[in-house]
Amino acid sequence: MSARFDIGETVKVRAAFPPGHVRTPFFVRGKTGRVTAVLGPYRNPEELAYGRPGEPALPLYRVIFETAELWDDYRGAAQDTTVVDIYENWLEAP
Amino acid sequence: MAHDHEHEHGHPHQPHPFQPDLEETPLTHYQVMTQAVGDLLVEKGVFSADELRAMVEAIDAKSPAAGARMVAHAWADPDFKARMLDDVNKAAEELGIDAGGIPIRAVENTEGVHNVIVCTLCSCYPRLLIGLPPDWYKSRSYRSRTVREPRQVLAEFGTTLPDDVEVRVHDSTADLRYMVLPARPAGTEGWDEAALAGLVTRDCMIGVTLPKGPEA
Repeated sequence: MSARFDIGETVKVRAAFPPGHVRTPFFVRGKTGRVTAVLGPYRNPEELAYGRPGEPALPLYRVIFETAELWDDYRGAAQDTTVVDIYENWLEAP
Repeated sequence: MAHDHEHEHGHPHQPHPFQPDLEETPLTHYQVMTQAVGDLLVEKGVFSADELRAMVEAIDAKSPAAGARMVAHAWADPDFKARMLDDVNKAAEELGIDAGGIPIRAVENTEGVHNVIVCTLCSCYPRLLIGLPPDWYKSRSYRSRTVREPRQVLAEFGTTLPDDVEVRVHDSTADLRYMVLPARPAGTEGWDEAALAGLVTRDCMIGVTLPKGPEA
């Protein structure tokens, strides 16, 4: 497994809404962030949830977002951030 | 293991009566499912009922003390802190602490960044290092509001941060667990590690409060 995205790279979370067991929170779908860490390969939890092998394993990333970009009515500070762990199958080039 | 047990007693599905945790309360759907999965794993010999009980007891016995000891050691020893930020589970071993098999990452509070941990999709938490999560950590309110209005949630814990400090929310939604490595309070120079550990609470390691120094 080689990771498709590098640390520092800008990525977009797929704006997909499939049924079933999904590990990508709603509030980051369709949003753009930046990779801060490549955490290694993990078997696909969306497959494991149904008793399937979850192979091939997927790279898991830490992606940092500007919190104000996630919420239209965000009342915190402009530099506040939110970090979410996201599997590679949910990320695309912006 | 489980199979010998069945044959000795001759009634495979209920080797002995089941003692419920709560009396006179109907089990919820998820409690029934949890019980059924536990029973099946024992029946299949994945582990024995004794091993299951021992693990539940081990987890129940965990407290924030091990995490607090690690934080205090990191404050006292910068080299250890670097190793802890690199790999919490391995650093824990140095202190004779078993942090479990799930990778734990420490996120460090600095002058400019305050970290807070949440798990919006469920309630992931580094139980083997900092004990059982508080009920509010698992509540829908904490989980939904911490990503949406973190500063208001922090204020409700008495933590009011100036606007020039970045609030960084970590939504641990995967196969890792997170803990906050708080900043060492001022005025603790020369304190020994046991005294320092006394300042580190569970809530500090979730990131909703800050350790109180001697002046506080």
